[in-house]
Amino acid sequence: MAHSEDVDHTSHGQSMGLLRVLGPAHVWALGVGIVLVGEYMGWNFAVGKGGAYAALIACWFAGVLYSCVAMIDSEVTSTVAAAGGQYTQAKHIIGPLMAFNVGLYLVFAYTMLEAGNAITLGFLVDTVAGMTGHEGGLDQRPFIVLAIMFLAWLNYRGVLATLTFNLVITAIAFSAIIVMFLATSPLLGAGEMLHKDLMSGQASLPYGWLGILAAMHFGLWYYLGIEGTTQAAEEVRSPARSLPFGTLAGIMTLLIAATLTWYVCSGLLPWEYLGDGVNGAVAPLFSAAQISGSNALVWLLGIGTLFATLASANGCINDASRAWFSMGRDHYLPAWFGAVHPVYRTPYRAIIFLVPIALIFALGAPLDQVITFSILSGLLGYTFMPINMIMFRKKWPLDTIKRGYEHPLHPLPAISLMALCSVTYFAVFLGYGTQLIAMIGFYIVVSLWFHFWRYRFVKRADQFTMPWPRPRGY
Amino acid sequence: MARYIPPVQSKLGQIIDVIVLVVLSVGALFVPLWLGLAGSAKLPVPVENPTWESLGQNEVMVAQWNKLGFADAASAHDIITARYDYSFSWMALAVMVIVIIGYFVMMIRLSDKEYREVIAEKFGEK
Repeated sequence: MAHSEDVDHTSHGQSMGLLRVLGPAHVWALGVGIVLVGEYMGWNFAVGKGGAYAALIACWFAGVLYSCVAMIDSEVTSTVAAAGGQYTQAKHIIGPLMAFNVGLYLVFAYTMLEAGNAITLGFLVDTVAGMTGHEGGLDQRPFIVLAIMFLAWLNYRGVLATLTFNLVITAIAFSAIIVMFLATSPLLGAGEMLHKDLMSGQASLPYGWLGILAAMHFGLWYYLGIEGTTQAAEEVRSPARSLPFGTLAGIMTLLIAATLTWYVCSGLLPWEYLGDGVNGAVAPLFSAAQISGSNALVWLLGIGTLFATLASANGCINDASRAWFSMGRDHYLPAWFGAVHPVYRTPYRAIIFLVPIALIFALGAPLDQVITFSILSGLLGYTFMPINMIMFRKKWPLDTIKRGYEHPLHPLPAISLMALCSVTYFAVFLGYGTQLIAMIGFYIVVSLWFHFWRYRFVKRADQFTMPWPRPRGY
Repeated sequence: MARYIPPVQSKLGQIIDVIVLVVLSVGALFVPLWLGLAGSAKLPVPVENPTWESLGQNEVMVAQWNKLGFADAASAHDIITARYDYSFSWMALAVMVIVIIGYFVMMIRLSDKEYREVIAEKFGEK
């Protein structure tokens, strides 16, 4: 076996690295590409949990949460230029078990998001078929399978083509939101926004203040995945500059897109319809376009939804496979996954392995459950970040390691992030408590499995690969 | 500190490890679904002979429902009246808090134990 592993390592390129070909625009495209679909579907469950005002407040508080995430992540990752993102950060700053958990958070958050994208894509194809005269509904499953397999193939073939593809379709999807806003708002369009009437009476805050807290659950969906920019650290030409630039530009883009999306959708759709992402507005921007009376907007937002789901699924495959690959390379998972393709220089085994996992969830679970699973994994990752940041500054103060970016007002962002995470746990507990406990139960079991079984196969000192001095206190 | 040499895992052992992880992760989502314990307790609250007024819809709202293809109040009844049930027991909330905090405390403590070995082997004993 030792021989076969050695063969894997050398002939399949374990010794060769991933290609450094990406610039800041690709980092932006990776982050925004993954997340922008959150404006096209999923965020509207927040309306269902608390009403339209609650969803707006959740949008902004979640925006604060993700601004803290982006600042913290940018500082740490500007010094940890390796694939795996937060997984690699955890390995160097907190320890192997935390890293293993963070790696799984990343894989499941992104794989579930990918599954959610595929479900939305299937719905969109079905709706368009109905609009063009097809009767009886389409079988969505072949489209779900084909979309995931096509994007996995694209990822298999190379990161530059994958993220350039993302850059183009993300820009189109973002532009579609801007056009929709301009066309329907009083600024340039007919001014048909109906917020005052659609949000009056019982529609203003249907669950009272508790609904605002509850809406934070799906409020995360506006931005979930922006932290994925760090996964590209090993493939970026100038990580210390490109990663903070791409990540912070990404969160600013998303704050604008999220607010415009809320404005357009809540001004056109009754909150009950908007808030029901299963029987009502599965793709709310598309639904808003449908009742705007403009065929051009229907097609534009249809294309925007399609591109946003493809860009997101594409970025998710990229990020989940990097995290899985990194864990394989460190033997946290079987080393077989840690191979790089000899020609395309991609983590091809990790890419292929995660395809059926995504399909199991895309074909077998309802959209809100898949989204909740993804949000919970993301939320656990955001809870790790403030702990990680505080330990990072404690073990390596500013004068010991040169950072490409130093985030301001430490520890205020870390404390704010922890407080907002606590609120979001409570929000998930309201309505989805069983899912939350099942998820934590899963992570407790796999943690014990890792600590008492799997970790014996991991070399100790080899895990610490950064050229950093000894951490203070150790 | 003596360098730790990990044992070599057999191919079968590697496959079993992957299967364990996949089964656990799929189970974490699907078992609550199969047992009917998954959240999203959003159920319609029936209204007898619903009208747009009795469902709390004003003229503008009705116009938008009509544009969405809901010609009468009965067709939109289930979507309009569906509500989450946010009642909860403080005991359940306390259990959730304990489970989350316990999970992170356990992980940080076990991680720190492993981390000290890594640092000692990488940089030598202090």
